[in-house]
Amino acid sequence: MSYFSDIYKGIKTLFQGMGVTGKYFFHARKEIITQQYPDNKDTLKMFDRFRGEVVMPHDENNEHRCTGCQSCELACPNGSIEIIWDRQVDPETGKKKKMIDKHIYHLSMCTMCGLCIEACPTNAIVWSQEFKHATFNRSELTKILNKPGSKVKKGIED
Amino acid sequence: MITTKIEDRFKTEEYFINMGPQHPATHGVLRLILTIDGEIIKNVEPDLGYIHRSIEKMCERDSYQQIVHLTDRMDYLSAHINNEAVCLVVENALELEVPERVKVIRTILAELTRISSHALWWGVMGMDVGALTTFMYAFRDRELINDIFEETCGARLTMNYNIPGGLMFDIHPNFVKRVKDFIAEFKTKLPEYDTLLTNNVIFQKRTKGVGFLSREDAISFGTSGPVARGSGYSCDVRKHHPYSAYTKMDFKEVLRTAGDTLARYEVRIQEMWESVAMIESLIDNIPEGDYKVATKAVIKLPKGEFYQKVETARGELGVFVISKGDKSPYRLKFRSPGFSNLSALNKMIVGGKIGDLVAVSSTLDLVVPDIDR
Repeated sequence: MSYFSDIYKGIKTLFQGMGVTGKYFFHARKEIITQQYPDNKDTLKMFDRFRGEVVMPHDENNEHRCTGCQSCELACPNGSIEIIWDRQVDPETGKKKKMIDKHIYHLSMCTMCGLCIEACPTNAIVWSQEFKHATFNRSELTKILNKPGSKVKKGIED
Repeated sequence: MITTKIEDRFKTEEYFINMGPQHPATHGVLRLILTIDGEIIKNVEPDLGYIHRSIEKMCERDSYQQIVHLTDRMDYLSAHINNEAVCLVVENALELEVPERVKVIRTILAELTRISSHALWWGVMGMDVGALTTFMYAFRDRELINDIFEETCGARLTMNYNIPGGLMFDIHPNFVKRVKDFIAEFKTKLPEYDTLLTNNVIFQKRTKGVGFLSREDAISFGTSGPVARGSGYSCDVRKHHPYSAYTKMDFKEVLRTAGDTLARYEVRIQEMWESVAMIESLIDNIPEGDYKVATKAVIKLPKGEFYQKVETARGELGVFVISKGDKSPYRLKFRSPGFSNLSALNKMIVGGKIGDLVAVSSTLDLVVPDIDR
């Protein structure tokens, strides 16, 4: 007797499970949460806190906010950031001032932990929401964040 | 010369077989050396070290802020809870009192992590015993949690949102609404888990009475988390040594006494319900206040030994720090739940069939980077 009740129970639970899948089969349109990625390239917007890569924003006068204090370099756990700096004479005050030559960012070594951006006292570096990092050449992943000929913005001290 | 004795001609012998390191059911690079007699398992020997990254050694080099992001890469499914463990040990050592707001946010995110981890486990568990559909359903629900994490923390898996002294930044304005939407939605989705898998007779036959672990063995192997609670061993760190917002919260510890695969399965399903209830009780009462207390740029722990344990989705994670007063620890040891849980696998499966091995190892909920570190 239990043999038949087992079969009955087995078939019953099987159909209950199939009922769930059947429900979504016929109401698939409402429940779709998948991103149709390559097709929605133009409309896809990442969350504003998404950690894509580190960038250094420049304003229209080609000025950034980095003073070369090296806080980010020290905060980085795996040495993705290298700063090459020099003391140059500030033409207005006539004093020597620390200025960055190159802010080198190795994207290939970055773990996106966000400690550099936390450490930056002048908000010189921020996250960009760019996530398409694939390149054909590994050297393209080493980026110089400050644009050529850029200067530090006036009035930014560390 | 061909022997004529029938016993000699059909003689069976034990043999070795490797399961893994590349096997879809071992969830990572875990190699199990099986000694089998026909279909009966005589011995299981886990071989570790394929994904060892010397995280503990790297911790001796890094500052306390930098250690936090390494723990993301241990048990990546409960990354937030791992981060919390390191932050708590640093805060305890510095005798730093974090604001109430931080504690509540940490707890909500920890419970969301637990749901997401258990949901993924449920999908994979179904897949391991042959029900491929469950995987897609689990990932559908996980996706909503990942969106919450991405919006607030900035990353979906390796969040690194906790810092010693609080949180990296305040919660996103949409956070409360998103969590409420998710809870409302997930409450309608969780019963589907039962309909799809738990009540299924084939699944019950595969799991009931399989992989038995007695309460005594659960204690002596040092198992923790749902594996130990499935055997009736009350070991929830949140209950026995409460931290963060668990100190003031009322929740049930899920216990099952059967000790088999189905019991461990039921514990995890029930824990998802408990987590949902916990988040519901917290999400409306996030206190106002700061999201972090200021710490020095270079944190130096006082001389001494510090220990803190937390309950991750897999069990008890302990962080043991020996400090000599420097900016990085002299020695840091992680007591990971997966390692101890794996040690009980041999006891559970010996004498069982090879087909049950995958079901049993699946309920251990192994995350191999957590075992190897």
